[in-house]
Amino acid sequence: MAVRKVSAAHIASLAPREDFPILAQTIRGVPLVFLDSAASSQKPHEVIDAMSRYYETSHANVHRGAYFLSEQASASYENARITIAKFIHARSAKEIIYTRNTTEGLNLIAQTWGLQNIHSGDVILLTEMEHHSNIVPWQMLAQRSGAKLVYTPVTDEGRLDIEAYYRLVCEHAPKLISFSLMSNVLGVIPPAKEMIAAAHSAGAVVLCDGAQFTAHYPTDVRDLDCDFLAFSGHKMLGPTGIGVLYGKRALLEEMPPFLGGGDMIHEVHLQSFSTAELPWKFEAGTPAIAEVIGLEAAILYLQRLQMTRVAEHDHAITKYALNRLSELPWAHVIGPASAEDRGAAISFTIDGLHPHDAATLLDRDGIAVRAGHHCAQPLMERFNIPATARASGYVYTTSNEIDALIESLKKAHAVF
Amino acid sequence: MAIDDLYREYILEHYRSPHNKGDLLQPDKYAAYSNPLCGDRIQMGVQFQDGKVADVRFNGNGCAISQAAASILTDMMLGKTPEELRQISRDDILEMIGPDIGPARQKCALLSLDVLRKGILGEPEAEDEELD
Repeated sequence: MAVRKVSAAHIASLAPREDFPILAQTIRGVPLVFLDSAASSQKPHEVIDAMSRYYETSHANVHRGAYFLSEQASASYENARITIAKFIHARSAKEIIYTRNTTEGLNLIAQTWGLQNIHSGDVILLTEMEHHSNIVPWQMLAQRSGAKLVYTPVTDEGRLDIEAYYRLVCEHAPKLISFSLMSNVLGVIPPAKEMIAAAHSAGAVVLCDGAQFTAHYPTDVRDLDCDFLAFSGHKMLGPTGIGVLYGKRALLEEMPPFLGGGDMIHEVHLQSFSTAELPWKFEAGTPAIAEVIGLEAAILYLQRLQMTRVAEHDHAITKYALNRLSELPWAHVIGPASAEDRGAAISFTIDGLHPHDAATLLDRDGIAVRAGHHCAQPLMERFNIPATARASGYVYTTSNEIDALIESLKKAHAVF
Repeated sequence: MAIDDLYREYILEHYRSPHNKGDLLQPDKYAAYSNPLCGDRIQMGVQFQDGKVADVRFNGNGCAISQAAASILTDMMLGKTPEELRQISRDDILEMIGPDIGPARQKCALLSLDVLRKGILGEPEAEDEELD
């Protein structure tokens, strides 16, 4: 609670800044201020070193190599699965499927569970604040199956309209409900546990997009009781190219396989095949072994920081940034102005200054923010804006960096 | 690098008071394109008389670079024949916008030229355009 009181006082980095080699550099002679962690986080030495060490000392393809190196690589690859399972409180490592990223996890569900269970006239309930990766796979499935997509609206304040959600759940009895645990644009964290309970009592299966949430908050799939959860390694200090799909074992067992190929099979004959057991049934082809090892190193790093403290730091930075942005009468936050139930992804617009121009001007001061629709065009349409600028912090973000953002925004605004 | 290397007064002037902004009621040619990365959109209508551009109007939502570039390009288009319009190059636009526009912003500067070339003049899509 001590951290939560902070408003004007200095907020230090939670992680040692020197752990992140990239943060030490200057951009055009000024120190880098990296405020684009919602797009992808930076990596500590430990992650980079774990991957280098693997390539330098123990690289070989995993599974069925009856020699020392391959056994080592297989053991590292499978041990990481246990670390990940514990990190999100899964019941078993068999419930952890390696994917490339959140997007692939969501598509996997659409093309396996979805094709098997969604039929003409069925309803899939999404929300207006979803990333394109939690919209387009369902549109593709709807085109093939004849299903109907229904969206829970977002309020003018920028929160999910929970009353409408409960109404839509009752009204449509959706087969599937998929929503983000934290909006990458609004920063909003919906009451997932209550939403999932309501979904289950209406008979729906629930898929959660954890791309933003899992990096910043303790995640407990048993407590949430979600049926599926997809998240990405690169937003939580890990490498790109590795993501995780969690699924309840009973559901995963019933699902058809995703991609066909090596590793996902039990036996192959000329006219038929049988699938491997979980979790390999969903992992065709040589996987991203080094990235799996890198992701495990990232999770161990986060666990040492403690996820509750990561969440507190996130909250403090969010509160500080929202306060400082409120000093600028020409800046408008898209999303809740209060830091309650929202994370450190802060989107804003500036009177007379297009987000792209803002981002370019901030870049002149070494400040990295993202500008655009953030892969959420329906949400942009909802707020009738073409784009926003978004500043997003993480474990290495300090209040000094937020101050630098504010000063640079003032300068940019003065130019226009 | 100074801010006004890119956002020179000349560019800001075109942004604040764009030339040829609006819609033509009965354009001979009309086209619209958007930048899929940021959602910026430019639409353009052209009226020809005696084989030359008699009037051109653009409209759309976008950043200072895309809006200023559209303003500058439409100025350049006035009085030109289709053949002369084809001669307007990427470099012509980038030269007008400023020498130090980075690759990330080139798409903004060239969006209206895309509308002219692909939409109005019907040129085929260039492959791997962003590589150079």
